[in-house]
Amino acid sequence: MKSQSIINTVKHGFLAAFFLTLPALAVAAGGDVHLDKAPVNLNNHESLQRGSKLFVNYCLNCHSANYMRYNRLVDIGLTEEQIKNNLLFAADKVGETMQVTMPKAEAKAWFGVVPPDLTVEARARTADWLYTYLRGFYRDDSRPTGWNNVAFANVGMPHVLWELQGQQVMKTEEHVAADGTKTESHHLVLDKPGVMTPAEYDVAMADLVNYLVFMAEPAQVQRKKLGVIVLLFLGLLFVVSYYLKKEFWKDVH
Amino acid sequence: MKNKVEQCMAGVLTWVDQRFPLTSNIKAHLTEYYAPKNFNFWYFFGSLAMLVLVLQIVTGIFLTMHYKPDAALAFGSVEYIMRDVSWGWLIRYMHSTGASMFFVVVYLHMFRGLIYGSYRAPRELIWLFGVGIFLVLMGEAFFGYLLPWGQMSYWGAQVIINLFTSIPFIGPDVSEWLRGDYVVSDATLNRFFAFHVIALPLVLLGLVVAHLIALHEVGSNNPDGIEIKAHKDPKTHIPLDGIPFHPYYTVKDIVGVAVFLMVFSAIIFFAPEMSGYFLEADNFIPADPLQTPAHIAPVWYFTPYYSILRAVPPIFNSQFPGVAAMGLSVMIFALLPWLDRSPVKSIRYRGSLYKKWLALFVVSFIVLGYLGTKPSNVWGVFDASTWIVGGADRATIVARIFTLTYFLFFILMPWYTKKDKTKPVPERVTA
Repeated sequence: MKSQSIINTVKHGFLAAFFLTLPALAVAAGGDVHLDKAPVNLNNHESLQRGSKLFVNYCLNCHSANYMRYNRLVDIGLTEEQIKNNLLFAADKVGETMQVTMPKAEAKAWFGVVPPDLTVEARARTADWLYTYLRGFYRDDSRPTGWNNVAFANVGMPHVLWELQGQQVMKTEEHVAADGTKTESHHLVLDKPGVMTPAEYDVAMADLVNYLVFMAEPAQVQRKKLGVIVLLFLGLLFVVSYYLKKEFWKDVH
Repeated sequence: MKNKVEQCMAGVLTWVDQRFPLTSNIKAHLTEYYAPKNFNFWYFFGSLAMLVLVLQIVTGIFLTMHYKPDAALAFGSVEYIMRDVSWGWLIRYMHSTGASMFFVVVYLHMFRGLIYGSYRAPRELIWLFGVGIFLVLMGEAFFGYLLPWGQMSYWGAQVIINLFTSIPFIGPDVSEWLRGDYVVSDATLNRFFAFHVIALPLVLLGLVVAHLIALHEVGSNNPDGIEIKAHKDPKTHIPLDGIPFHPYYTVKDIVGVAVFLMVFSAIIFFAPEMSGYFLEADNFIPADPLQTPAHIAPVWYFTPYYSILRAVPPIFNSQFPGVAAMGLSVMIFALLPWLDRSPVKSIRYRGSLYKKWLALFVVSFIVLGYLGTKPSNVWGVFDASTWIVGGADRATIVARIFTLTYFLFFILMPWYTKKDKTKPVPERVTA
């Protein structure tokens, strides 16, 4: 009997949650969010290193990067010694992957969902989405965490970087056109400043996104370099094989 | 010294030839296989298909060494290959790009057969083996796509296997038998792995061998659609318009291989995801049976058939008509040798009627393929007041029209090929 009533409560809770999120879903389905262009530059090792620091300090508390080994950071110009001294909080050896200690069940209880693994998040979401998302948090007292996001409506994640960015709020403006039709526009306004200026925060988020893009495919810089050599070789093969064919086909009429 | 080495080699060859038909096979299939001398651009894709097949098998073997067909480990093992296995990323991208390029090459190869009438007598069996290869290749691609165990892998497999449920009477049992479970699960992954790495490749190789044996038995067709065996040198009995495959077409195919590998490498090294067409963004999220992706679409090479599936409306609440139409749209290629009643083979000597139908078929295939990658509301809905189609998705109506023209190309072929005004075919191949 008791378990039945729990099930009913859960069911009603689900329904309530579903209907409460409906307006937001309608907004999300109504049109794609405008995404800001992320200034990704994988050859900028300083940016990647700053990004890795932000990642380890802020993201890695809740999000894992289960397929990323700490010592892969040598690819962005860090030494194993530097990695060990500055970034290795949650692991003992540099050869380990970036795990989180937070149990999944507790994470689910706190945030409603288990925070996703971020190893290949940049490939699943795109750099531009991440750049928009990380700069798109605003105060929303109707949310359990007190935060909402322009790129991800009703996201379970609170604004972890609010001390850096400060607190944004969503302003709604009503416009009346000449023919009398009313339209609304929404935009974010910085309500309480953070430790960083908006320009500094944008750079920091560009660094973080840059790092996430690197982490999603550490071999990509090497891949593109090798590609040039391979194509040059194939170009040569084409020229040689073309004249070889021409020579052989001289006697075909 | 040189003579001694040559003598020794000749001795070894004689020894082998007395026990295995090595020299005679090299002659029959390479040095004395006479191919028409007028092959053009379209004739590169047969040998390129063989090249991609070999690449897929070799890269597949290396992937198998590191991949784990286990629902808990599969996604991670692919990332392990991409990061920790030496050159693993290259092997994986070669395989994932190879899958798409296989279809590019095979579609162009099939189109060649279409325009030059290569399926016509006496080459019906070559064509039928080819259709078999195409079907097995589709199965191979479908089974392989589940293995990375991403969201699109999982839900794509879920959707396709569920299609079988709509088969009357036996459907639910068939889909359960395919999955080995009530939903796509670890059991499904394990059996798909077995199908992908051994069952279908064996069938594929057998069919490729049959395809080639049949081809070398009757000889290759050519852009003129003329039988070169009709005009042989009276003394040597060599076709007058034939040249030995080796060295002429081997050196020519190397040029084709070089160009193909440039395209192939440009994708692998600079755009392995091909903007989500070869590797989909949602497949970088691990499979989650509790969360359906917003938009499930098959990989681009299946989208024309997927469009046909979606275009056919359900009858009596059953999706079966759509499933049947999709199956038929693939299988119908097998009937071509008997549908085409034109006195000529090649498009060069056909009339305008055939050319119009072929153009319509190509447009249908491409439009259906494009629509299959998009949700059916991509073009919005017709205004409610529109005659007949009011309120319907525009894309669905367009897909229905092109599904119809896709099938009409085949169904009406006996009439329009017979009625068509053909041009006189020359006796010998043109240069």
